[in-house]
Amino acid sequence: MITTKTILQPEVLEAVVVRFVGDSGDGMQLTGTQFTDTSAMFGNDIATFPNYPSEIRAPQGSLYGVSGFQVHIGSVEISTPGDNVDLLVAMNPAALKTNLYAVKPGHTIIVDTDSFTKKNLDKAEYKTNPLEDGSLENYRVIQVDMTTMTKEALKDVEGLDNKSITRSKNMFSLGMVYWMYDRSLEHTVDFFNKKFKGKQHLIEANTKVLNAGYYFAETLELIPNAYTISPAKMVPGTYRIIGGNTATAWGLLAAAEKSGLELFLGSYPITPATDILHELVKHKHFGVKAFQAEDEIAGVTSAIGAAFAGDLAITTTSGPGLALKGEAIGLAMMVELPLVVINVQRGGPSTGLPTKTEQSDLLQAMYGRNGESPVIVIAASTPANCFNFAYEAARLALEHMTPVILLTDGYIANGSAPWKIRSVADMPEIKNHKVTEIKENWSPYDRDEKTLARNWPVPGTPGMEHRIGGLEKDFVTGNISYEPINHEKMTHIRAEKVRLVENNIPELKTEFAESGDLLVIGWGGTYGSLHSAVKQISDEGYKNIGFAHFNYINPMPKNTEEILSKYKKIIVCELNAGQFVSILKTRFPKFEFSQHNKIQGLPFSNDELVQQFKLLV
Amino acid sequence: METTTAVKKYTFKDFTSDQEVRWCPGCDDYVVLRSMQKALPEMGVNKEDVVFISGIGCSSRFPYYMSTYGMHTIHGRAPGIASGVKLANPNLSVWVMTGDGDSMAIGGNHFIHLLRRNIDLNMVMFNNEIYGLTKGQFSPTSLVGQKTKSSPYGNTQPPFSPGELALGANARFFARIGGNNPKDMTQIFIDAHKFKGTSLIEVLQNCVIFNDGCFDDVTDKEVKEDRQIFLEHGKPMIFGKNKDKGLVLNKLKLEVVTIGENGVTQEDILVHNAKEEDKTLHQMLVRLEYPLATGIIRSFADVTLEEREDALTAQVKANSKFKKTDDLFFSGETYEVK
Repeated sequence: MITTKTILQPEVLEAVVVRFVGDSGDGMQLTGTQFTDTSAMFGNDIATFPNYPSEIRAPQGSLYGVSGFQVHIGSVEISTPGDNVDLLVAMNPAALKTNLYAVKPGHTIIVDTDSFTKKNLDKAEYKTNPLEDGSLENYRVIQVDMTTMTKEALKDVEGLDNKSITRSKNMFSLGMVYWMYDRSLEHTVDFFNKKFKGKQHLIEANTKVLNAGYYFAETLELIPNAYTISPAKMVPGTYRIIGGNTATAWGLLAAAEKSGLELFLGSYPITPATDILHELVKHKHFGVKAFQAEDEIAGVTSAIGAAFAGDLAITTTSGPGLALKGEAIGLAMMVELPLVVINVQRGGPSTGLPTKTEQSDLLQAMYGRNGESPVIVIAASTPANCFNFAYEAARLALEHMTPVILLTDGYIANGSAPWKIRSVADMPEIKNHKVTEIKENWSPYDRDEKTLARNWPVPGTPGMEHRIGGLEKDFVTGNISYEPINHEKMTHIRAEKVRLVENNIPELKTEFAESGDLLVIGWGGTYGSLHSAVKQISDEGYKNIGFAHFNYINPMPKNTEEILSKYKKIIVCELNAGQFVSILKTRFPKFEFSQHNKIQGLPFSNDELVQQFKLLV
Repeated sequence: METTTAVKKYTFKDFTSDQEVRWCPGCDDYVVLRSMQKALPEMGVNKEDVVFISGIGCSSRFPYYMSTYGMHTIHGRAPGIASGVKLANPNLSVWVMTGDGDSMAIGGNHFIHLLRRNIDLNMVMFNNEIYGLTKGQFSPTSLVGQKTKSSPYGNTQPPFSPGELALGANARFFARIGGNNPKDMTQIFIDAHKFKGTSLIEVLQNCVIFNDGCFDDVTDKEVKEDRQIFLEHGKPMIFGKNKDKGLVLNKLKLEVVTIGENGVTQEDILVHNAKEEDKTLHQMLVRLEYPLATGIIRSFADVTLEEREDALTAQVKANSKFKKTDDLFFSGETYEVK
């Protein structure tokens, strides 16, 4: 059943962006994932982004019920899911209407004509049928009666109801796209065999429809040529496609195993962070204790309790939840316990744009607590490196005995990309400050000379019984102290402890020009967008542009000032009104920073960045 | 994870910390402290395995005065922190020390969910019907009409009954005890420790400064035997100086009867069954104003959260092909780049 194409010699492309869109029930996420996995196994570099409606079961055919999945594949390095779409697969009028904006003129749209009924056109608020009124004349539109052909392909398969038949039309579209981009059907057929194991009629039906789509495209004269995308040059190794939230969860699992501690998660459901909870609750086999609490506050407080008792303690949330956790994070800072707080940022303020991305919780992470309460703040920058930074958050919390806030965002949390799998054996060591041996004049506030981290005697250890709390404590004994000079001293100690983390993190690196006219600065989830824009400008011949991306915000890498001094101009790009730049301005007042900000709930587009940077070089 | 370490022998002094106790002279909190210090040596638990977690308020200073592990946390949040401690190390004996404001106002949500889950830990609630540490505002248990700093013309907010709230939240263990009764309080602490599941003990605690005498009508030495019924599992519900008063069920209400009058004999008196799952009668006892029910009103042995979690974990572990994280990371849809 699996064929290789022999008729045409396909045209070779560097990269292509495909978007599958349809009704929530049309299976577009599955279709997109299959195309992604097949392309990954073929060796392409990849970035994906799903786009679901907020409504769980939106009415069929409605504009707000459209679900989509975008995938960017390339033989070159791919760092974003792409802005404009080369191929749009639209399963109904609403999907076409809501996604047409993204298709470049002259590019291809595949539609299921069977779904362009009067009823569906009305639901999509089309006054005339766009397939007939000439409004799509700037695009190459491939009209396919996909539902009819799916039914035709399945007429001999027994045991299928009407619903199952109609639902498998997504595989028809996938078959077509496989042919167009010269992909093998093998991976998806294997997938059917596993997914529908024991349900032979479903395996047969899906395989038949997939093949039907493939052959249809092959014989269809409406598709004049096909394309291929060669494998990308990637570091050899074993890979998998991973989403940011899964990578975050796995980084924590790895840190628990490496540190020899049990993992405790205290969490409360909140978009877009909940998938970390979903992932971690699966892993009871590793002894993960995942506790869904009654609210955000109990999520973080239970984690603080677990940290007191000696676990690797985590809490996960998004912006509004971080606000609720503020007081408790201050407690963890005050009692100096290791705590990892993961904030998957979304559009704010208040409830804001829950399903959209933004970087507007940075100042909240830095300062959102009462009193002088510095904590470590780091940020992941790609779906795959959420793994590394979740691991890093755990390492820094344990080695420095203080809360660490890890910032990711909806864009990288929901996006996915190839991940070169890291074995736990290859991850850096994680030390902790647990003590069992009692020394003379022992105190729970005895500090490590280098890091100022206090020791970590846990309940159950004989002879080390002690009390900690949110009240100010004596520098030596840890007992309650209201003494003025002691309070000032302790305030400085807690700040210094965080500052000293700079000795335990890597230096800031630059990409492209090491010095020159313009330094582009970003932090967190915008890495892909900024990197590809700077690369484009650099490839076009502007060689005096450099790029520095921050993963460590508090403290910053030691060489930050040195890097800043190597460029004539600096531009700081953020998906907020200018939060990181405000920190940089305070910290490095002698430099002038210009800024590029976007607060639309959307990632940067390549065009807007390139345009902006060109004005400055 | 059961420890096999032999339990050491202690006296109450072993549980006394070096910190100077700073409650007001005459406060019932001293009684609770001393009762706890006396109860601990009887519990058969090692000192290093005892943890006191508190929120904010007068009662929440408690952990500083114990020589065990302890954490004085933030207002209302002790149940969350204590839950984390216990789930992280089920071998510990964990105690939440809280007040009426801490547990039922700012911490009300955590309070009900703690009881619902039935984690094996203990909560002592010092109920003085007032905010003491902030110097005298009405609390969720203050009475309507009560004049306080924040209700100078009388409180207009009707109170919670802690016991009713707790039973409504499915508390498996609820006890109530006067703050001037160290002997029974000590025993209740020991019983609460032994009980598997969340135990809630309401202490009727007199605040000598801001609400002095608030429980005198039931706890005063002169009246307590006539005004309180001290419940014991398996024993008839008899009270009174002369042990001649008892409780019977009359239709849907508890009724006080006198033994020897109107043909009432001891046989007619209800026998207390604290271990009964059905909480109907426990709720009636909790609501009773005369006599006020004290002692262990409910002690129903139910499955704890840890037991459910442990069973699931064992099952998942036995059936899982993942022993190390590498097994997970390299499983499923992986591919080689050469």
